[in-house]
Amino acid sequence: MPVVRIPTPLRTLTGSKDEVEATGATVGELIEDLEKRHPGIRDRLLDEKGVRRFVNIFVGDEDIRFLDGLKTELKATDQISIVPAIAGGSDR
Amino acid sequence: MRSTLVRSRRLGSVTEAVGNTPLVRLDRVAREAPSVEVYAKLEFANPGGSVKDRAALRMMTKAIEEGKLGAGKILIDSTSGNTGVAYSIFGAALGVPVRLVMPSNVSKARKDIARAFGTEIIFSDPMEGSDGAIRHVREIVAKDPETYFYPDQYSNPNNPLAHYHGTAVEILDALGDRLTHFVAGIGTSGTIVGTSRRLKEHTRPIRCVAVEPTEPLHGLEGLKHLPSSLVPAIHDFGAYDETLRVTTEDGWDMADRLAREEALHVGHSSGANVFAAVEIAKKLHQTQGGGCVVAIVCDRGDRYFAPMKWEKRYLW
Repeated sequence: MPVVRIPTPLRTLTGSKDEVEATGATVGELIEDLEKRHPGIRDRLLDEKGVRRFVNIFVGDEDIRFLDGLKTELKATDQISIVPAIAGGSDR
Repeated sequence: MRSTLVRSRRLGSVTEAVGNTPLVRLDRVAREAPSVEVYAKLEFANPGGSVKDRAALRMMTKAIEEGKLGAGKILIDSTSGNTGVAYSIFGAALGVPVRLVMPSNVSKARKDIARAFGTEIIFSDPMEGSDGAIRHVREIVAKDPETYFYPDQYSNPNNPLAHYHGTAVEILDALGDRLTHFVAGIGTSGTIVGTSRRLKEHTRPIRCVAVEPTEPLHGLEGLKHLPSSLVPAIHDFGAYDETLRVTTEDGWDMADRLAREEALHVGHSSGANVFAAVEIAKKLHQTQGGGCVVAIVCDRGDRYFAPMKWEKRYLW
């Protein structure tokens, strides 16, 4: 199952975990699965137009904006990272 | 203001160019509040290009006066950028070596600027944000306290004092009793706390408003979402009157409008501050039929990433 790295500002939604598991054939499906497991996380990442402008999602080392966006296909061994576009504050 | 009396200044050092930044009237983005004066205080006019010059210079010069810095001691701090640029420029000016810890997702522009002045950069985990960088600095200093001076902008009283003695006095000089509202974002909280403390001593009441992002994960670089962050030691809720929360989208959109309508290309936190100032002005226009609002414009927009256009890869 793909592993998703969670930045500190979102760890309130993942019970303080910095890595969680989620499934999906694409990044979009993976985010839907994340939402089921950690309700509220989808709206932090997406708006009606797709990935919010200040959120970057990486599959391995590649930003999905340079792959197929939310349609980017995933393998079970992929590591997905949610990286804030900036270095803001974080959890206590 | 000084600039009306002195057409040009001759300076002994770049450090003397800090402060006395201009206030510029914003008529177009505040057109829905015609009875209210809205001003941007252009902190990008500082030599390091941001509001952080004020705190950095004061923290450094006071440390040198007190013997905590100098004689080859290395200044080390965590910074997501502008403070690092300020330390770097004044480090070069004052002969102080500088080492900075920053999350690796800080914009390339600012890494390059800091390095240009001879600063050494140490990267911390982007997933841990600015608090991760703070923890990293503390570890380095704890191991070798004699080598380093750690100004710690989040705890150093000279950070807010720079604004108490500088920013606030300049605003009162320029506007005096006309000023009714002051708006600044919360980052270290030095600007809002220090400026508000001085404005509150003024003979007439001035309402001081802090700006913070609505959400923990946001794109308003430099601003802190306090409910989910380490609250800086210098922060003081009692110094100002209220907090307005601004979404990333509103801050970014106002930054775009400022460039197109006011010819001010500013960073996203400045967009958020001006957005809040315009909202306040609209309310004042409706309820009071007048007022005078000053918002801090922290830095220029060219210091920021354009979302992933040029910086495809981060250093991990």
